[in-house]
Amino acid sequence: MAAHHKMDDRVGRDRLEEMAQGVIGEPLDRPEGELKVSGRATYAMDGLPAGCRHGVLVRSTVAKGRLRAFDVDSVERLPGVRAVIADDRFIKNPAQGMAGKAPAQDTREILFFGQPVALVVADTFEQARHGAQILRQEVERAEDAPVSLDDPTAQLDTPSNKQSSSGDIDAAMRASPFTIDATYTTPGHASAAMEPHASVATWEDERLTLQASYQMLRYNRAELADALGIEEDNVRLLAPYVGGGFGSKLGIAPEAVAAAIASKELGTPVGVAMTRQNEFEMVLRRSDTRQRIRLAADETGRLIGIGHDALVTNLPGEKFSEPVTQATPFLYCGDNRAIGHKIARIHRTPSGSVRAPGEAVGVTALEIAIDELAAACGIDPVELRRRNIPDQDPSKEIPFSSHMLAKALETGAARFGWSKRNASPGEVREGEWLIGLGMASAARVNMLIESKASVTLTKQGRATIETDMTDIGTGTYAILGQVAAEMLGLPVTDVETRLGDTNLPPASGSGGSFGAASNGTAVFLACEEIRQQLCTKLDCNPEDLTLKDRHAVVGNRRIPVVDILNGEDIRGEGHVEPGEAEDKVRQATYGSYFAEVAVNSVTGEVRVRRMLGVFAAGRILNAKTARSQCLGE
Amino acid sequence: MNPFVYARASSLAEAARLGLDKGTFVAGGTNLLDLMKLEVVAPERLIDISRLDFGGIEERPDGGLRIGAMVRNSDLAADGLVRERYPVLAKALLAGASGQIRNMASTGGNLLQRTRCYYFYDTAMPCNKRAPGSGCQAIGGINRSHAIFGGSEHCIATHPSDMAVALRALDAAVEIERDDGARRVVELESFYRLPKDTPHIETVLEPGELITAVLLPPPAALRQAYRKVRDRASYAFALVSVAGIVRLEGGLIESAAFAFGGVAPQPWRDETFEHILMGNKPGPDLFARATDTLVMQAAPTKDNAFKVLLLQRTTQAVLSELTGV
Repeated sequence: MAAHHKMDDRVGRDRLEEMAQGVIGEPLDRPEGELKVSGRATYAMDGLPAGCRHGVLVRSTVAKGRLRAFDVDSVERLPGVRAVIADDRFIKNPAQGMAGKAPAQDTREILFFGQPVALVVADTFEQARHGAQILRQEVERAEDAPVSLDDPTAQLDTPSNKQSSSGDIDAAMRASPFTIDATYTTPGHASAAMEPHASVATWEDERLTLQASYQMLRYNRAELADALGIEEDNVRLLAPYVGGGFGSKLGIAPEAVAAAIASKELGTPVGVAMTRQNEFEMVLRRSDTRQRIRLAADETGRLIGIGHDALVTNLPGEKFSEPVTQATPFLYCGDNRAIGHKIARIHRTPSGSVRAPGEAVGVTALEIAIDELAAACGIDPVELRRRNIPDQDPSKEIPFSSHMLAKALETGAARFGWSKRNASPGEVREGEWLIGLGMASAARVNMLIESKASVTLTKQGRATIETDMTDIGTGTYAILGQVAAEMLGLPVTDVETRLGDTNLPPASGSGGSFGAASNGTAVFLACEEIRQQLCTKLDCNPEDLTLKDRHAVVGNRRIPVVDILNGEDIRGEGHVEPGEAEDKVRQATYGSYFAEVAVNSVTGEVRVRRMLGVFAAGRILNAKTARSQCLGE
Repeated sequence: MNPFVYARASSLAEAARLGLDKGTFVAGGTNLLDLMKLEVVAPERLIDISRLDFGGIEERPDGGLRIGAMVRNSDLAADGLVRERYPVLAKALLAGASGQIRNMASTGGNLLQRTRCYYFYDTAMPCNKRAPGSGCQAIGGINRSHAIFGGSEHCIATHPSDMAVALRALDAAVEIERDDGARRVVELESFYRLPKDTPHIETVLEPGELITAVLLPPPAALRQAYRKVRDRASYAFALVSVAGIVRLEGGLIESAAFAFGGVAPQPWRDETFEHILMGNKPGPDLFARATDTLVMQAAPTKDNAFKVLLLQRTTQAVLSELTGV
């Protein structure tokens, strides 16, 4: 039986708090930690099937052009080489997160340097890598290929749904006693997880199994099936352990499609792992940005206007654009607002979601400008921010679901010792080192993604969680086990969590900091369903049932759960969906950062000596994994 | 990587003989194996010399040291005599690479490690060092890490070693053995070759010649310093590094030996700079005058002009540290 919840329904009470096991929030170790640190956790390229060949992707060596031919013969003659494969279905770059369909195909049309153009398959990785290295390409090279954000020949797109304004920012800038008009640039970022992208493809007739390293399996399955032109039902993805993602494994990537095609063609399993060099060229990067921030404030530092104009880059045709202005509409007050967003189309590795897309570089620019304003107004940076906290989302004029920025600022300032700060630059010195204290607000939009999970309470009284959710190093195994243990009154060691298999109920996947809330809720709902069934067996109301230490307590009865089960399993399914709530209330995580930074007055070297982050991230399911997440994975 | 033949030499003579026949020596392999995987280099024969006895760290009759070519960087940095008499060398070694790499890297191999120029590493790019005559993309390209001294129109790559910078300041020499057993000693000053129009030839070593040791004269003074400036605090190559050795006598600088890293195709030394210092009273004016001279011949490119000022300032700070002024 299934429990379904749409996020619009008001629950009105805190169910997890009503539970008795007492494991939620505890800083428990990851159940799979020992496997990982002892090398026994099976990542994508571990435990290769018998007869598995190795494929290495061949990179384009021009930024734009048309591939005419390969010198296939000289590579296919090499020892161990089985095939040089270039297929119309190969993909140029990874799918964007949650695309659910294949990204751009036709790798003969070259759009960026380092784009995959072919796959060399051999008996060993080393043989395949050598073949990929020496494969000669005959390319018709295009001359007009802008590659930088500043290139005047780059086409500029202005997506209409990313522009907004209210009031008159120009008038506010003219009328205000304190204004800041500054432009900031940030470089691109590459995500390079410890485990590179890797996929091992095996076919049984028309059914494909892919051992891989991905974050969002249900989407990845659809993307892979679409790229190959086969039915989704014929694709199974397995990713029980994922060695880091940072967004780079949100969408299906070239190695997966190439491995599947090569495996089908050769009739053997084929594994393709990206080399570390591939990771920097074939995987979506964070866009470089240029951001103009305008701030207008009255005599008291209260903002009258905020303008944020962003220029980002991406490949022609890619829909994603780094959402740098994402937090600007709601972080601070101000009646006159303008958001502008442009995309320069350039021929570089395309950009996509990388670790907190948008805020990571967008809030940075905004917060630097706020500091400039604090200096201009002569108001303490913490106080200036506090004064500008809005009562409701000032752009959409909708309430906040909760708002903890003031508390985060206050707590952070107290714990860091902000009051001891000397605000005059260059006055605190230790030898050659100039010491400064700085701070910033933090904000990150909240998302909930549809998610399913099933939980089985076995006749032995143990629980098994099943979902195609992933653990990319974030602690999914630990927290899902804690949710089920709390709800079912079990020690966490009595709960087994099975993840990373598309045969299991489809989950949100890991991304956007929505995994714990989305999939954790699905597991919670599945457990509620099990509790309901136990209540039926016990003939009691749900609020009268306490489950703790493998026992049910109802009134003055205390019964071992195995006795209630009486030789039968109970299964519950949970299904959570977002509703209209996210449009009706503004949901975001807030926080504050405080840092002590030293700059060497001789060499200009910059060293962070001390840093504090204070976050209001909702309910903490596991203090240890949450802390690791706040530190940066 | 390219298929290659692996041979383990059982004696120095055998190693040198094998080396004569298109052989490439491998010791710690911390740089060479990476380069082979990327096919930046593709030796036909790899001659493993890591098990040969080149001797350890021995005191010489003149009070100097002989450091066997296979002495590991970590062992050299931890050696009592080195720490006591050549602290600039110990500091330079510890400023380089990582603990894991230092445990493998050898003294001889460290001298012969290749540049980390990005274009040298990417076989899709022209590079006169990797593929002679193909051109240089660093000139006019991205060249933040590149040389401000000693480059040519064919190559502006820097030598990456920290150890070699300290050795250059210490007036070290390299002991080399040929396949016929004959030995020669080459001052480190003459060991490296500037790129000119042959950037692929980096040293005076002839085919079959093998570095057997590094020789150190007795230290000129114990006022020694090594300062390395880099973007992050560990595991990064120098933007600029300074090895300095100064002797003070009666309030004057009697001798000064300085070598600079991260700025040239080889550990860089400037006699004029040292002469300005010697015989003079240390102080900010003298340091400024000397470092002005030091950078007079600097030829920075688009992205590395910052190195000129950074080198001056870092050198002044090292002078100040060594002289107490």
